[in-house]
Amino acid sequence: MVDAPQNIKKDRPIYRNIGLAQLIKYRLPWAGKVSILHRISGAVLFLLLPFILYLFDQSLASELSYQKFQAFTSNILVKIISLGLIWCFLHHFCAGIRYLLLDVEIGVEKSEANRSAIFVFSLGVALTAVVGLKMFGFY
Amino acid sequence: MPIYQIGPKRLVVGAHYGLKEWIIQRVTAIVMVIFTFVLLIDYCITGSPTYEGWSGLFANQFMKLLTFLALFSLFYHAWIGVRDIWMDYIKPVSVRLTLQVLTVLYLVACAAYAVQILWKV
Repeated sequence: MVDAPQNIKKDRPIYRNIGLAQLIKYRLPWAGKVSILHRISGAVLFLLLPFILYLFDQSLASELSYQKFQAFTSNILVKIISLGLIWCFLHHFCAGIRYLLLDVEIGVEKSEANRSAIFVFSLGVALTAVVGLKMFGFY
Repeated sequence: MPIYQIGPKRLVVGAHYGLKEWIIQRVTAIVMVIFTFVLLIDYCITGSPTYEGWSGLFANQFMKLLTFLALFSLFYHAWIGVRDIWMDYIKPVSVRLTLQVLTVLYLVACAAYAVQILWKV
């Protein structure tokens, strides 16, 4: 790669202090996509922590609040928001485990890392689908 | 060479170079993974949840402490992650410091709420 022809290098766009307009058409590799989604999902979970704790509180406080919790979470809008949060959790969880494995030098090699990134992204979506189908009573 | 510079590369400014946070981020992650699997196993054993089963699970002292550890890990983990986000995108020190302080206060409040929830059961 060190001896790559100069003309190939020249055609590549160079980004310094990347702006929003450039970000939109910037093609990230899968590992990059998983990484930024890891950050975004973490931020969403952080922002909705009070909501998650509120649901936990309602589910535990008493028999009556448990019934209210069930009624509240059977609302379609609450279900959709919860499913979004569940995807955030599952993606963050799976991508996080990938990072822990990378830390102990499992799957560091470039093609392996690319494959594991695709796998982790797909697993997050698939598990969300499994939970979603259960939530909306498909099985 | 200025007196605060030790060695040819390292500028000593009193920071910890992030190693402590890096390790805590991983330890707290592992605690939460264990907690997730405990919940998952419980769900697999008990099947369809009822209030008795669900509250009984957290009434158990061992589970209560494990949940507390997992939630405490969550808040510490969130602090490090959100702190990284502020450090990456927010450059003015005054704004960054304000956001960091607000983040800490927010998470401490969440932790108090979590304790309240757990020890009511």
